Order: sequence, then C-alpha cells, then structure tokens
Amino acid sequence: MTAPSHVSTPQAAVPLDLEAVRADFPILGRAVRGGNPLIYLDSGATSQKPRQVLDAERDFYTMHNSAAHRGAHLLGEEATDAYEGARQRVAAFIGADPGEVVFTKSATEALNLVAYAMSNAATAGPEAARFAVGPGDEVLVTEMEHHANLVPWQQLCQRTGATLRWFGVTPDGRLDLSRADELITGRTKVVAVTHQSNVTGAVPPVAEIAAMAHARGALVVADGAQSVPHRPVDVGTLGADFLAFSSHKMLGPSGIGVLWGRRELLEAMPPFITGGSMIEVVRMEGSTFLPPPERFEAGVPPAAQAVGLSAACDYLDALGMQNVAAHEEALTAHALDALGAIDGVRILGPLTTEDRGGAVSFTVADVHPHDVGQILDELGIAVRADHHCAWPLHRAFGIQATTRATFYVYNTHDEVEALAEAVRQAQRFFGAA
Amino acid sequence: MEIESMYREIILDHYRNPHNKGLREPFDAEVHHVNPLCGDEVTLRVAVKDAGGEPAVADVSFDALGCSISQASASVMTEAVTGKTVREAMEISAAFLGLMQSRGNAEPDEDLLGDAVAFEGVSKYPARVKCALLGWMAWKDATARALEGQVGDGTGQQVADTREQT
Repeated sequence: MTAPSHVSTPQAAVPLDLEAVRADFPILGRAVRGGNPLIYLDSGATSQKPRQVLDAERDFYTMHNSAAHRGAHLLGEEATDAYEGARQRVAAFIGADPGEVVFTKSATEALNLVAYAMSNAATAGPEAARFAVGPGDEVLVTEMEHHANLVPWQQLCQRTGATLRWFGVTPDGRLDLSRADELITGRTKVVAVTHQSNVTGAVPPVAEIAAMAHARGALVVADGAQSVPHRPVDVGTLGADFLAFSSHKMLGPSGIGVLWGRRELLEAMPPFITGGSMIEVVRMEGSTFLPPPERFEAGVPPAAQAVGLSAACDYLDALGMQNVAAHEEALTAHALDALGAIDGVRILGPLTTEDRGGAVSFTVADVHPHDVGQILDELGIAVRADHHCAWPLHRAFGIQATTRATFYVYNTHDEVEALAEAVRQAQRFFGAA
Repeated sequence: MEIESMYREIILDHYRNPHNKGLREPFDAEVHHVNPLCGDEVTLRVAVKDAGGEPAVADVSFDALGCSISQASASVMTEAVTGKTVREAMEISAAFLGLMQSRGNAEPDEDLLGDAVAFEGVSKYPARVKCALLGWMAWKDATARALEGQVGDGTGQQVADTREQT
C-alpha cells in the first residue's frame, strides 16, 4: 500500500488538503436522498474508509489470504507477517511496544476483556491476585461513559459482589472531580474513564485521575474510542494502564479493535475468551496459555482487518495527527458558533474547544432529535439522533436524546454551515421558529 | 420535499394537538414501554367494558415523551380503537403493523385504518417504524393485561412496567 501523496509532516500544524483527502473517500461522491450530495457528520459512530484502506484489505484477500499463525505453507507465512506487521504498525501509532497490543473484535470487546479477566482472576492463581475483586472492593466509573465502558463494569460488580461508584458531571458536561478524594480510596480496584466523551466531546484529565488512582493502588482503564482516531495519543504519557479503541472509527475496517495494556499487567492477567491460538499445552485435564498478546487472541486472527487498520494508521500519520486534531478543532469551533447562534438550540457540554473534541450534541426547542435528524437526512446530512449509547449522561442533563454531529478529516466548513442552515430549516418545518 | 410523504399534515396536527393525552381514570391496565434505541417512552392506560358478551375498548389514555411520529401515532391509535370491540381493535392494530412493515408497498385498507393510513409514508423509513409502533404495541400489551385481569372493574390493578424487547 502507498501513503497518500498529499502529505504534510506530522509535527507542523499544516492545514489538510481537503480536496485531496476527500478524493480518497469514494463514498463522499455519492448522492443520497433527493439527489443531495452526502454530508457525513456521523464519524463518531463510524468513520468512512479511504481507498488506501480498502485497497490494502482487498490486496490481502486477493494475494495473501490464509489463517495467520497456522498453515504449513507460504500463504500462512505471509498472513502471519501481515498480521504481526499490523501489530507493530498499530503499536507505533500509539507509542507502544508491539507485545502490549492485543487485537480484539472491537473497543467494546477490549473493555469486556479487562472486566472479565478481573472476575476470572478469582480462580486464576496467585499471579492474578492483584486483578481479583470481591465484596468490599469498589469499581469506579463516570456518568459520562459510553455504555461500553459502563455496563461491563456493572456486570463485573454483579458477578463479584464489588460495589460500583461513579464520578458525576458538571453542568457544562465535564467530569466533576470535586469528590475525587472521597471516590478514589484504598477500596478502589479499578477506575474506568473515557478519554473523550462521545456526546459532549469533553476530555477528562486521564493522567491526573490515573495519578490519584495509582497512589491508591487502583488500575486505570481508558476508553480511547473517541480520542485515538482524532488526536495524537501516546501511551507513554497517557497515565492509564489500559487503553481500548476501535479500528472502524479511525478510517479502518470494522471487526477489529485494540486493547493496549502495560506488559507486566497483561502478563499477570488471566484470559477472557479461550480456544485455539491462545494455548500453550492442552490436555484433557486442563490447559496452559501463551504469553500476551496471544493469550488474549483466541481463534483465527482477523488478519485482513488488521492489515486495513495498519493502512489506516499509515493514512492518518501521513496526514499528521496534529493536523487532524487542528482541523477538527477548527470545525468544532465553527459548529459551536454556528449552532450556538440559533435561537432554541442548546449545546451539551463545553462551549469552547478547550479540552474538548469534535462531538457536538444539541437539542432544538420543540423539535425532537428524531425529527431534526429526519429533516437533516432529507437534505443529505447524516447525523446521529438518540442517546448515543450514553443514556445516564443524557439523564444527568435531564433530556432523553440529542442530535449529534461529529467531524473527521474529510469534513469541511461548508458542511458545518449546511448543518446550521438545516437545523433552521427543521425549526421552520415544525413551526418552532 | 419527499419528506412530506412522511410528515403528512394530519400527522403534524396530531403531534401538535394529541388526542387522549393525559392519563385518565378509571382504567383496567397501565403499561410503560420504552424504545431502547432512543429512549422514547409511553405510559398508557386502557379501560375495557363488556359489549354484548364481548370485551370492548372503553377508554385509552396516554402520556409520552417522544418524536412527532410516536406522539401522533399514539394519538391516532387512541381514536382508532376506542369504542371498538377488542377483536375489531386487534384487527386494526394488525393492519397497522402490516402497513408499517410494508416498506411503502402496501395498499392500506382506509376503511379499517381511518386516519392511521396517513402513516403509510413512515413505512419507507425503517428507522422510524419503531416510533410509529410504540403506542400501538403499548395498547396491545395493556389490553391483553386488562383482559387477564377482571374486565371493566376500573381499579387499575393490572399495572406493568414493561420494556419493548424488539
């Protein structure tokens, strides 16, 4: 695969060449309802894929397809090299060691992997003791989590008798850390926190929370599904012990996600999903397991998806993650201004781009989000309109649902203007303006 | 706009001025249904009566938080089923379900459905079909519960908090 030619250096905050970027995404050329051109503002749910990623996956299936880590043949070697090469590529993308990168099905599975490993720790011997939780122990989450970083921890508590506690949110949609000393205690075994809210865009101070948690001996799990695709993330300065993210939200294929974990933790952690590929010796009486990352990768590896994800890392690094972040920050500032200027529009979360990513969720007085979304759809604008898998956060704001626009490398300022105009049109249609 | 095939004037009228909104007594069953996709919810009460040896729908009232389609559909439903025998009302409900699942390819029976035919356009937008069905499914559930209990005693003892599983 080749990197896009319209590249800039990773360090400089250079504007993206949007025409060239958009030309890499075939889907952006299609017309949708009413013959309107597609304005895709739903990348927070899933991103579109550039041809470089599609070509890489197709090339794997066309030329090298076979089962990685198996097969006494050339294709097996090639598939293994492709899969392990992808692991190295993803590791480099987040500043990690390849041995600390576990491929999962999704970010959701990566978070479940840690939660299930913790309940499996009760019966996994002395090495795993530090992961074990039980009655009297506490699991700390936040009210702004996506369901994927909330429900697995609720279930862990249900299985083990541990107690779930949580940080609330401030009225402007940031994490309320005022009770941190009360919440992070010697009883806290694990703190699970988002690295960027998928609803308000708020970026919690994960490193600061991690320092407090580590001082009390707790593990820290960060949900990077909305951060890793959109800004430079380096696990060396992250502070957390684990980081979960998804390929499909960062220009890569669906069906593969990543769990990064500190080596010494992964080495002591019992497996979650078991079966082929992850075993050392299997006898009828019982089995032993491979070291990480293979211990956590049962089944035939998703090599084609890993290759696609690797190509997505190439594509993003060629653009430069600093430049990606700067582009999205400009779009977000524009959207906060343009939507904020409309009477009846209420934006959830921070109203400036400080410690805030590019998810802009809002309500429109007297027009339900479904109805806003429907009018936008009719105009070719794809957004999400519901609780965005963050029901407790919506409840904290006293609302049922919001309309959410999310931005990525291919979005333009004209599209932000079109969004604001379409919201006004929805207001007129429903007689709310 | 093509979208006017969905947001027919009659639907917008029912949305702005919903009929039978506000929970009333007496009732024989009350249910609470939620659309897990978007969090829209409806609380609905049904009173049944005896109509010549056959159960009939005496009254339907509801309270709901939701989009125009779910609100208007619940309103139209209350008008469509009230006063009918339960058997007739279930036929109307089945016809409405069929219309919603038609992807815009049905020939709806206007005599049977009345104002509910206005929702034909919604069936072309699969993501909105659940919105349109929320009130109808709540009514069906409440009525079944009312019939399981003592018909027409108006005590509201059949109160259920159920969630739509589909």
